[in-house]
Amino acid sequence: MKNLIPKTYAEALEMLNNDNLRILAGGTDLMIQNRSWSNMLPDFKTGTILIFNLEELKYMVQEEHFLHIGSGMTLEDIKDNELTPKLLVDALKIMASPAIRNMATIGGNIGNASPAGDSLPVLYVLNALVVLESVEAMRDVPIHDFIIGPGKKTIKQNEIIKEIKIPTNNLTIVKFDKIGGRKADAISKISFAGAAHVKNNIIQDFRVAFGAVGPTVVRKYDLESHLVGLTLDDVSLNIKEILSEYGKYIRPIDDQRSNKEYRKEVALNLLESFILSL
Amino acid sequence: MAKIKFTLNNKVVEIEESPTARLLDILRDKYDFVGVKEGCGEGECGACAVLINDKIVNSCIVPLGTVEGKSIVTIEGFSKTKRHEVLRESFEEEGAVQCGFCTPGMLIASESLLNTNPHPTDEEIKIGLSGNLCRCTGYNMIIKAVKSASKKGDGLW
Repeated sequence: MKNLIPKTYAEALEMLNNDNLRILAGGTDLMIQNRSWSNMLPDFKTGTILIFNLEELKYMVQEEHFLHIGSGMTLEDIKDNELTPKLLVDALKIMASPAIRNMATIGGNIGNASPAGDSLPVLYVLNALVVLESVEAMRDVPIHDFIIGPGKKTIKQNEIIKEIKIPTNNLTIVKFDKIGGRKADAISKISFAGAAHVKNNIIQDFRVAFGAVGPTVVRKYDLESHLVGLTLDDVSLNIKEILSEYGKYIRPIDDQRSNKEYRKEVALNLLESFILSL
Repeated sequence: MAKIKFTLNNKVVEIEESPTARLLDILRDKYDFVGVKEGCGEGECGACAVLINDKIVNSCIVPLGTVEGKSIVTIEGFSKTKRHEVLRESFEEEGAVQCGFCTPGMLIASESLLNTNPHPTDEEIKIGLSGNLCRCTGYNMIIKAVKSASKKGDGLW
């Protein structure tokens, strides 16, 4: 089984083009998902390519229309970078633990495509684009099109997540919240990201996304557009209807972490408290 | 298999192993640094914590191939420092050690925290140690110990 360590990003693209390889970055998800017994090699089923040390994937740059975050940036480095949007900082601060954040990469959290990945609701709300590159081409995919199911994503075998692009925005109110069994290292029972812009008491922009309440993150663009243009008094008066509309799309499951009734109720409570805080 | 070269407790070493081997297994079985413990084996308990370039990681889920060119310090290496001495005394004085299984990881987490924040508040200590589980002490003594070490060791971090 090939386990390759490319020296450069260009070499990594070549390797991915030549072999069927699993991309391994910090290992915080994949080393657990593929682990064997103590003192035995993890069983990856295919070869791997270890990209954690590629310096070319560790960058953050603000350009006119986008913030670019290299996929190899660790969660801890992004959390501490002054360019990082507050909503993303708020999520990263309470994600995993310091030891995990020092190894886990943003590209990995997206590539793992877990329904409970905590950075995902934030990236949905920020309209993030996932930039995929292969030896042949580079393409941008909106995050909600990139992730298509638990662990499933639209990435070709020879492609790599190069970076995340976050469009410039004027979201002035942001909120991230998560519910877990333990503060650190807990896989979320529910996560919530909200962002809005309100001017002269009128909602100009409104975005919310929920994690761990469905196979992928739930964000409803049509429901959001109904709220834009309304006054804060309008939304307060209609809060019950707004919650019941969202309730149709929040269809969580029972699992070892929580149950569907609790998840739905708390998800709607988080939405209510966000709307009433505007 | 690949040749991986790195610094281990201030000594340059090179090993030929699979890049996907767990760093924890390599440290314990190839280099005999058994102060690095295996608890949960899935990154949730912190017993296997070591420092890579001065930052805490869980060695049970670090692929060996990622440490090429890095500096790794285990509890054995850290125990030769003045900072460790201060931390050890504080842990002893505050009763922060009972069975001791989590202690190497707790000390590594404390060192990693104090490296970036030499005078943490109680809340910051709780966050800094949040990835390390202790089933004996109830944490209060550990938090006190870190606080006391940061005072006594003023200037060391």
